[in-house]
Amino acid sequence: MQLTTEMEPLVRFSGVQKTYDGEHLVVKDLNLNIKKGEFVTLLGPSGSGKTTCLMMLAGFETPTSGDIFLGQERLNTLPPHKRNIGMVFQNYALFPHMSVEENLLYPLKTRKISKAIAKEKVDKILTTIKLKEFAHRRPSQLSGGQQQRVALARALVFEPQLVLMDEPLGALDKQLREHMQLEIKHLHQQLGLTVVFVTHDQSEALTMSDRVAVFNDGVIQQIDTPNNLYEYPANSFVAQFIGENNTLPGKIQSKEQDTCQVSFGDGFTTRALAGNNLKSGDKTQLSIRPERVRLNSGHMNLENQFNATLHEFIYLGDHLRLRCELAGNDQFYVKVPVNELCPNLKAGDRIQLGWSDQDVRALDYQ
Amino acid sequence: MTSALAMSQPAISEKVPGLKAQLRRAERLRKLKAIALVAPLAIFLMIAFVIPISNMLWRSVDNSEVMQVMPETARLLTEWDGKDLPSEAVFSLFAQELRDSRTGGGLGRIGRRLNYEDPTFRTLLTQTLRVLPATTETTWSETLQSIHPRWSETETWLALQRAAPATTDRYLLAALDLKRGSDGNIERIEENQRVYQQVFVRTLVIAGGVTLICLLMGFPLAYLLATLPTSQSNILMIFVLLPFWTSLLVRTAAWIVLLQSGGLVNTTLMTLGLIESPLQLVFNRIGVFFAMVHILLPFMILPLYSVMKGISPVYQRAATSLGAHPFAAFWQIYVPQTLSGVAAGTILVFIMAIGYYITPALVGGPSDQMVSYFVAYYTNTTNNWGMAAALGTFLLIATLLLYLVYHKLVNQKQLIRN
Repeated sequence: MQLTTEMEPLVRFSGVQKTYDGEHLVVKDLNLNIKKGEFVTLLGPSGSGKTTCLMMLAGFETPTSGDIFLGQERLNTLPPHKRNIGMVFQNYALFPHMSVEENLLYPLKTRKISKAIAKEKVDKILTTIKLKEFAHRRPSQLSGGQQQRVALARALVFEPQLVLMDEPLGALDKQLREHMQLEIKHLHQQLGLTVVFVTHDQSEALTMSDRVAVFNDGVIQQIDTPNNLYEYPANSFVAQFIGENNTLPGKIQSKEQDTCQVSFGDGFTTRALAGNNLKSGDKTQLSIRPERVRLNSGHMNLENQFNATLHEFIYLGDHLRLRCELAGNDQFYVKVPVNELCPNLKAGDRIQLGWSDQDVRALDYQ
Repeated sequence: MTSALAMSQPAISEKVPGLKAQLRRAERLRKLKAIALVAPLAIFLMIAFVIPISNMLWRSVDNSEVMQVMPETARLLTEWDGKDLPSEAVFSLFAQELRDSRTGGGLGRIGRRLNYEDPTFRTLLTQTLRVLPATTETTWSETLQSIHPRWSETETWLALQRAAPATTDRYLLAALDLKRGSDGNIERIEENQRVYQQVFVRTLVIAGGVTLICLLMGFPLAYLLATLPTSQSNILMIFVLLPFWTSLLVRTAAWIVLLQSGGLVNTTLMTLGLIESPLQLVFNRIGVFFAMVHILLPFMILPLYSVMKGISPVYQRAATSLGAHPFAAFWQIYVPQTLSGVAAGTILVFIMAIGYYITPALVGGPSDQMVSYFVAYYTNTTNNWGMAAALGTFLLIATLLLYLVYHKLVNQKQLIRN
């Protein structure tokens, strides 16, 4: 039995479609499995269908076709209040007319849990979120970060099998947001929660998740670990959306297994890792991370070397970004640690850029 | 960094002489501008609101008629013990001042005032004046008593004494069906003359009933308005505001047309065979409720709507995600957040209803008339400003009390919010 529960996904989307107007599909044929204890992030630009997926899981939207399972139970027609799923809302949705404690007691009251036990649970979770002395404050008397923690506690206090978070950190400032990202991640590890997290902030997704599903146009473009997503983007959308990325349009000259020869610009060629479904003669988009481009690469023995023009320095404290022109693209960025930069370099100089075969990918042409 | 901080520290704590004066000078122009902007409204409120209301409050205790027309008599009468007939001096002064009162309309004023004490007093005064000798060389106590036997009754002089002080509580007491007995204690008036306690209770009952119906009908409608998509709620809003486009009088008259025994409602019901004979729907309490609810409903809906518009639907979602049935979520999470709107709408409708005059006067029966009807009656028909003002004063007190309650409620709401 133990074995099957570990094998079986906790949440299963199977062929789920959703349309609001009967003409356009907001979610197209979604298949997604989430294991128990996993932290999965749905990442995508606004209108990509990620929030709709979350709302279908929470029960506030119903799938037009397809099935959603939580454990063995088919969720499609189950009303939200019977799903036993905790949810953290974008603006917390703490009840303004109740104190922190009353807010936390609410889900226990609806479950008719005896007062003594409920009180005990609330005390315990207030200790976990370190807000014990704020129990009798109103939500409006708390700071944004404290409200966020209460919202989190309210979604956890009734020990749901699944916790959903809908851009919960969007309203916080940068420092607090980064702090809360770690705090949520630690809670996830500590309590063994299964979390589905929605965000449009890619760095948040990379920081927190076990797996990230990148949404665009109602379709999951790629679902993978943060590391794989960054290093091995499946298509140019993912490459563009996750992290910084330089793109160069080109054409595949020849292809051997997983590498290929690509021509781009005016007579440049490079070797690159070949994306799926590309064949010789196809148009392609080369994708290369700014930190993988090497400056003054003459002595580095790299396979691909090019001359470029340096246009601009952008100082960012720990590193510099150089805006260069390469093969007609004047938005080509190179990321250089400050101490590795030659002090004589100035805008307008001709420089040499290079990269390894393994760091550039030929992806689908957009 | 630290040195810069150390440098700036004393500058902050050091008191700059004349800084306050500088600030005042700098702020003066701004203040003057602000005052100039609110001045028209302040003056308008003063003229149209504060002065009339103070005047009304004053009239409810004003008793200056006798004092003004017969100042000397009034002064002496207040010193009189009321046991035996007053002294010759009182008679003499009274006769003089009565003669003088013929000029300048004084006689009419005291006549009206003294009639409240005794309904035959004015006649007594005019009869006496008609035969009053022109001479001053006479014993006035005997002359007056010979003119009319009532001048030899202490009761007549007592009535005059009661009307003599500058202020009186008789109107305020009368507005509550009370009076001062001959011993000066407050007592209830005879049962068959009691009117106003019943009228006040009736006013509160009608206003309360109208408010309750408005709340029950307005709450769902306001909720619908606040939750519908904008395009649909805009159309609905026009229907809510439609009643404001026609005059109150026209709308009230329209209800009479609709509800009368040969009216649209009754004929329809009879044609459908639902009733045998016409229902009495107008010129009674039902008509009053129909018309008043119709007129006051928008005043309930609008404050409710404005509060509901500000409540995010996400709270109810949050509640259901926490396991509450949608009805429970509505009742436990949504409704408490609308309470400030409920309080505002309720108080607004109640205060407006409590002072309603035209509608009950037109569509109500004799037993549906509210306090305002009697205020109008006393001002327009009998010219008894004292009674009109006393009734108005109690209406004002009721309104102020309600406002205080509302203020408390709203303050509590704000405490919750902050």
